[in-house]
Amino acid sequence: MLRTFPVGGVHPQENKITAVSPVQVLPVPSSVAIPLSQHIGTPAAVIVNKGDKVKTGQKIAESRGFVSSNIHSSVSGKINRIDSVIDTTGYKQTAVFIDTEGDEWMETIDRSDEIVTDIKLTSEEIIKRCLESGIVGLGGATFPSHVKLTVPAGKKCDVLIINGVECEPYLTSDHRLMLERGEEVLIGVSIIMKALKVNRAMIGIENNKKDAAGHLTKLAGAFNGISVHELKVKYPQGAEKQLIKALINREVPSGKLPLDVNCVVHNVGTAFAVYEAVQKNKPLIERVVTITGKSLSNPGNFLVRTGTPVIRLIEAAGGLPEDTGKIISGGPMMGKALSSLDVPIVKGTSGIILLPRDESVRSEIKACIRCAKCVSACPLGLEPFLLMTLSEKGLFERAEHERITDCMECGSCSFTCPAGRPLLDYIRLGKSNVIKMARERLVKQ
Amino acid sequence: MSSTVLITIISLSLLAFLSAVILYFVARKFKVFEDPRIDEVQNVLPAANCGGCGFAGCRNFAEALVRAETFEGLNCPVGGAEVMGQAAKILGREAPVVEPLVAVLLCNGTPEYRPRTSKYDGAYDCRIAHSLYGGETDCSYGCLGMGDCVRACQFDAMYMDPVTDLPVIIDDKCVACGACVRACPRNIIELRKKAKKDRKLYVACSNCDKGGPARRACKVACIACSKCFKVCEFGAITIENNLAYIDATKCTFCRKCVVECPTGSIIELNFPPRKPKAEVTGETVKTTPDI
Repeated sequence: MLRTFPVGGVHPQENKITAVSPVQVLPVPSSVAIPLSQHIGTPAAVIVNKGDKVKTGQKIAESRGFVSSNIHSSVSGKINRIDSVIDTTGYKQTAVFIDTEGDEWMETIDRSDEIVTDIKLTSEEIIKRCLESGIVGLGGATFPSHVKLTVPAGKKCDVLIINGVECEPYLTSDHRLMLERGEEVLIGVSIIMKALKVNRAMIGIENNKKDAAGHLTKLAGAFNGISVHELKVKYPQGAEKQLIKALINREVPSGKLPLDVNCVVHNVGTAFAVYEAVQKNKPLIERVVTITGKSLSNPGNFLVRTGTPVIRLIEAAGGLPEDTGKIISGGPMMGKALSSLDVPIVKGTSGIILLPRDESVRSEIKACIRCAKCVSACPLGLEPFLLMTLSEKGLFERAEHERITDCMECGSCSFTCPAGRPLLDYIRLGKSNVIKMARERLVKQ
Repeated sequence: MSSTVLITIISLSLLAFLSAVILYFVARKFKVFEDPRIDEVQNVLPAANCGGCGFAGCRNFAEALVRAETFEGLNCPVGGAEVMGQAAKILGREAPVVEPLVAVLLCNGTPEYRPRTSKYDGAYDCRIAHSLYGGETDCSYGCLGMGDCVRACQFDAMYMDPVTDLPVIIDDKCVACGACVRACPRNIIELRKKAKKDRKLYVACSNCDKGGPARRACKVACIACSKCFKVCEFGAITIENNLAYIDATKCTFCRKCVVECPTGSIIELNFPPRKPKAEVTGETVKTTPDI
C-alpha cells in the first residue's frame, strides 16, 4: 500500500492539463517590476539607483537580517524607477522597475548546458552561496533557504526530505522540472545533503506523476543515499508536516519545526535552484510557472523571469479567454485571486490559473449543519467550525487555546463544507489576531 | 393516610427551618459590603453597556466612578455632560467638562469617484477583505463598504448608503462610543469634536499614497499638495504621510481650505450656502448669517 498521512485530507479533481507540456522559455519581457519582498522575512534593501544600468543576474537589493534574501535583476537594462507595485497579496509594495535592453548576463554566471556533477564547495560555502544567490523555498512559502540549511547548535538532522508532491490541482511546474531536469535536481539534492551533513535523502512524489517518479528512481541509482518514494494522491501532502508523517512517520509537535524531529524539508524546485546557484553561480532570477485553465488555448509550463507581468504569461498562453472569472496565483486551494494583471511573477509563483466564471463563483453561505466534515478533513486535527465561530465572534483567547495557530491554511475545510461556509477566511482572520496578541504579550514581558 | 401527610409536612417544615437558620448565619458570615452609591450611579447611567467609556459595561463603569478620586479621564460618551453631572452630584464630586464628539468617515470614495477595478466575492466582512487584499478599488486605504461599522453600532446611528457604498453617520444618534472606530479594519473612522449646528469640516480621505497614485485611484483623494496648509491662518492643518489633517480643536470653520483644495477632498457639512458673489475671504464667510 502506498504511504500517505493518516489524518484528514481531501482529494480535489486533479485537472493537471499541462502535465504533458514541456517547459517553454518565455521571451524576456520589455520591462519588469521586481518586488523587494519575494520571501518571508524582512524586505531587501535596494542598492541601485534610478537610471543605473544593470546586467541579468546582478544583485539589485541586499538582504537585511538573518531571515531575508538577496534580490537580483532578471533582465539587463536601465532602472526606470523605484516605485510601488500591487503584488500577489493585493497590496502595494516597493519594486524596482527595469526597462529591458538586450539580454546581457553577468560574466560570473556559467550559462552552458553542461551538467556539473562535482560538488567543489564546502558545507559553509554552499550556505553562503545560497544566501548570495537569493535562494528561497520554491514550494510556495518562500522561506529563505540558507536559514533552513543552517542547522542550529543543539539540533541535529538525520534525513533530508525532498518535496516533489505537488499536491495542488492544476499545477505541474515541479512535475515538468523533475522530468526534464531530473539529473540537475538530484545533484541539487546532493548539494543540500552536503550542506546539512546528512547522508540520506528521500524524495516524495505522488503517484499521479508515475513518469517523474520512475525517471528519478532510474537516475537516483547513480547517487548515494537518495531514494524516491511514491505516495498516495491526497491533498495537502505537500505540506511539510504531512509529508514528514507520510514518509518517515514522525510527527512534528504543535508549534515546532521539522528540525525538532531531526529532518529538513526542501522542494524539488529549490533543489534545482540550489544546483544552479552552486554549480553554475546563477542567482534565482527565473522559475518554471504553470499557466493553465480550461478555456486557455495554449496552456503550458513556462520558464519565466521574475518580475514579468502576469499578462505577458497569459498572452504567451493564448490570451485572456472571454469567460475568465478569476485569475489565481498559486494553486487553486491555497492560491490568491489577483486584483490586477500587472502583478509581477515572483520567486514564489508556482502557477497562474484562469478559472472560468461558472467555476469561480463561491456558493451561497448557508447555516452550519454540524456534519463535522471539516473536522474529518482537517489534516491537523483541528475543529474548523469552532475556530470559525470563535474568530467571527472575536473570542481570540479561546481560539488560541483551540490551537488556531497550528492551522496551515490548506483550505481542506472550506473545500469540503457542504454549506459553503467561509471557514478558512475566518480562521485566517482569527489566526492573524491571535499572532498579533501573542506578539503584544511578548513585548509586554 | 392522613398521618403520612402530617409527617411529611412537619418534617419538611423542620428541614426548611433548619436550612433557614444555617443560611442566616452563612449570609452574615460571608456578607460582602457593597457601596450603595454604585447602584445609585448605575441607575443614572444609560444602561447601553456599549463599552464607550472603556469599561466592560455600565456597572463596571459605576464601580470605577465610585472608586475614583476624581472624574479625570472618566467619561460616559453616551450620557454626556448631563449624566456625568448627575453622577457627580451623587458622589459629591466635580464632573470635568468633556467636549462631545461625533464619528466621521475619512473617506469619500463613492463608485463615481473611485472606480471599482476588481470584484470581491469572499465572506462579507470588512476585516476579511482587508486581510486579503487592497479592496475592490486601487485605493488600499479607503472604505471597503461591507459595513462592519454599521453592525458594530448599537445606537442605530449608522447605515450603508446603497448609492455611495459608504456608511452614513446620523449625527443626532451618534453617541461617540467608538464601537465603529474599533470595528473598522482600515482605521478610517475618527471621533471629532462636535461643533455648533453639527457643522463639520474635515479631510475625507485616508490615502497615504503619493499624489499621483492616490489621484489615479480616486478623484477626491487628498494628494498632499499642501495648498490647504498654506491657506490656513490658524495652524489647524498638518500634512503627514501624504495626507492633510484638520485639527478640529483649532479649526475656526473659515472654509478657505475647502475653496483651495484642488481635488475636493475637504468636506464641509451643515454650513449655510455660500453667498453667490461673495468674495471668499475669511471675513465674508464668517459673517454669513446663519439660517
